[in-house]
Amino acid sequence: MSTALSRGLVRCGTCALLARPVSAHAPGHCPRCGEALALRHPHALQHTAALLVAAAILYVPANLLPVLVTNTVTGSQADTILSGVIYLYATGSWPLALIVFVASIVIPIGKIVALGYVLASTTRGSRLDERQRTRMYRTVEFIGRWSMLDVFVDTFIVALVQLSPLMSVQPGAGVVYFMAVVVLTMLAAHSFDSRLIWQGTSRDR
Amino acid sequence: MRSNVVACRGCDLLQRLPALLPGGKARCGRCNQLVATHPVHGLDTPLALAIAAAILVVVANVSPLMSLSAAGRTASTTLAGGAIEMWLRGDEITALVVAFCAVVAPALYVGALLVVLLSVQRSRAPSWVAGFAAWAERLRPWSMNDVLLLGILVSLTKIAELADVVPGPGLFAVGGLVFLLPWLASTLDPAAVWSRIRWVSERDNARGAPGP
Repeated sequence: MSTALSRGLVRCGTCALLARPVSAHAPGHCPRCGEALALRHPHALQHTAALLVAAAILYVPANLLPVLVTNTVTGSQADTILSGVIYLYATGSWPLALIVFVASIVIPIGKIVALGYVLASTTRGSRLDERQRTRMYRTVEFIGRWSMLDVFVDTFIVALVQLSPLMSVQPGAGVVYFMAVVVLTMLAAHSFDSRLIWQGTSRDR
Repeated sequence: MRSNVVACRGCDLLQRLPALLPGGKARCGRCNQLVATHPVHGLDTPLALAIAAAILVVVANVSPLMSLSAAGRTASTTLAGGAIEMWLRGDEITALVVAFCAVVAPALYVGALLVVLLSVQRSRAPSWVAGFAAWAERLRPWSMNDVLLLGILVSLTKIAELADVVPGPGLFAVGGLVFLLPWLASTLDPAAVWSRIRWVSERDNARGAPGP
């Protein structure tokens, strides 16, 4: 089995053409679509690690700070992501509570842990379970955008529930952190290069 | 180098593509990544779906998503209205990202696809079409109609506890896009599109620039 890299070739990331790079350090541009060629995503491991660490740090305020503040005549109430899920469950719509719980809590944690594991094992040059780690990475890449759910929910509640002085809703400070976690983990997954998972295998040489 | 040899996107393995029957798919033998598809339809079906999607994008953006009434007062919102209200309430960064994922990215994604699919109706489309194809692919993950629809439905349910909520035509347009766009992607063979676009290197050579 040989790879494009071992034969001195490169797959264009945009149009999939199998092209011959100008040189290993400056591969040049794809003759078909004109986009820049890269043997591997440049600095894939460093970029993914930096974005992932940033996301993990912002995950803390995203969950501690309120995402919605409801002002009524009787007072005001602040809701975090978790208390929003509990509220949905308590008001009887447990299927919705489950969807929001998965999108806002399970997926962000799962993404950070799974991508962290794939990144760490690839950095160490692990040769175990390449297939499974590739599948894990692909799942993270595919499912990541669904965490944006809570940001959309909060946006449309804020946009509609403006019946002051009766009741009005303000976005809390947590929304922007949560949104940043989703965007940063999406960018982290995007910067990674699953071809690096397979680079340690002897069959590649 | 034969043209039916490809490198896997997932693991870089070189492999020879088998002859695919219409509707067939080929996966990488090592990492299971999809390496080639041969959709049943030609490029006319994706074009028809892209035109329908473009119409729905316009409807989704100009008509109200939903309206609410409580205690004799009514309020309604559009897609952009959600982002604008977020901006006015002091969360400008979230407003910009919501506007990008809900309005800008879907519109540019569908627009770029439409340009590409109209251009490749000719057997030799000009090489600048490649740029549109590249941008469509880049914008695809950020075009979040599906997540948006679910988000709107959850917020409707939450608000329905407090007031009467009426879904508007914009909501149905977003719902239509959620079905149309994956359908379009499943009927579209990127390899067929690329084979109909002129190579950038042909253009550069014609201008006297050094070839690759």
